[in-house]
Amino acid sequence: MSSLLEEVSAKALKLNIPLSVQLDLTYRCNERCVHCYLDHDDHGEMTTTEIKHLLDEMADAGVFILTLSGGEIFLRKDFFELLEHARRLMFCVKLKTNAVLIREREAARLRDLAVESIQVSIYSHRPEVHDAITLIPGSLQRSLNAIRFLKSQGLKVIIANVLMTQNMQDYPGVRALAEELGVECTLDPTVTPMMDGNRFTVNLGVDQSALRQVFRDASLVGDVNEFCAIPAKPSENELESTPCSAGHTACYVSPYGEVFPCVQFPLPTGNVRRQRFVDIWRYSIQMREVRSIRVKDLTTCTSCTHVSSCTRCPGLAYMEGNMRGPSSQDCEKSFARTGVPSANMLEKKRAGINLVQIRVLPNMARPAA
Amino acid sequence: MSSLYLARNPRVAARSLDGEMMIMSGRDSTLFTLNKTATVLWQFADGATPLDQIVERRICSRFDVEPAEALQDAETLARELASREILQLSEEPILPRNPVAGEPR
Repeated sequence: MSSLLEEVSAKALKLNIPLSVQLDLTYRCNERCVHCYLDHDDHGEMTTTEIKHLLDEMADAGVFILTLSGGEIFLRKDFFELLEHARRLMFCVKLKTNAVLIREREAARLRDLAVESIQVSIYSHRPEVHDAITLIPGSLQRSLNAIRFLKSQGLKVIIANVLMTQNMQDYPGVRALAEELGVECTLDPTVTPMMDGNRFTVNLGVDQSALRQVFRDASLVGDVNEFCAIPAKPSENELESTPCSAGHTACYVSPYGEVFPCVQFPLPTGNVRRQRFVDIWRYSIQMREVRSIRVKDLTTCTSCTHVSSCTRCPGLAYMEGNMRGPSSQDCEKSFARTGVPSANMLEKKRAGINLVQIRVLPNMARPAA
Repeated sequence: MSSLYLARNPRVAARSLDGEMMIMSGRDSTLFTLNKTATVLWQFADGATPLDQIVERRICSRFDVEPAEALQDAETLARELASREILQLSEEPILPRNPVAGEPR
């Protein structure tokens, strides 16, 4: 993060301003990605008028960075009308899309509307792998064509690659492809549970040995020794700090108007169809609870070796049952980096031993026949 | 001296944070924050009001500064903001060409 952005974020935190919002315009999608956490049926999306009104409210509340995502945003027939409205309000607009529906005409309109960046999901440089994840034959080719249209208009494109067992070996190929296309590339080894809490998608994520391989790839992490070092004990300041920006300077709004601290943190805090956005942001009991949590308040994690460097996601922890608890997926990542098990992993191991003892004891106590 | 007209560049992103403008360049996503004088210039850069009027009505009335000195400083500042593509400058009134030309909030 640039120092000026850090300064602005610190000011927004102090003033309780939602600097950044992700708004999902729809959960409908033209791809069927195997790891997707969404229900793609339309359960009553906000109308054009409702979304425009929400954008007005968000601008008044001080929102600066607006990420429009989905589902597939280009499936909304009013997408460009909404985008025009957002740019008229001078939001810094970022888009997340599979880009399948972007042709020359759409790319030119995005340029005219001065969109800040367009993030496109690419899972592999090989069609047989990418298309097997999206479940749409030809989808890689269409997404790559769109990236070329966007680049030809001078737009900033970012390839987002989610790492799973299915495409684990292909991330160097995706990075090479990004370089050839002249675009940025991000790699995310986290597969999110479904919004309803179902965790079957998590099983698609990579295992420990794959994580260790990724975290020791200097082309991704820079200085491997530094990245994988066991962190120092947390300072008092670190223990007093907030876990992440969710609910502090950022939040998420679903296509149905529900407001959550983050797209990965499905704690309902209010609905913009019934309340003003700014009132939910400022006064929701749930938002205030999230805001009250400091690193020192985390159960288990405060005693963990990794507490000062862990990427612990409070949303994933919430989906595991406790927003102040550990997020097992992040424990796995910390373990893969340093080789030191997290406090949560050790606790589970101890509990596992106890469970074995409980199971064994009754058998031992059973009288002989 | 001919009049100088200022208009907000519709390609930037902008928001007021505690009375100061955050501006993100449409050219390369560089973030700027404007000081109070530059924020006034931004807010009243409607393409129709000449710089000397903005200085007289919006800057001299607010800040303790000599009008001639204020105008000279404001012109330097406006040219600096124009060089970073935050403002557009012209010796003629600037009509909005882009249908989504933004309104400051």
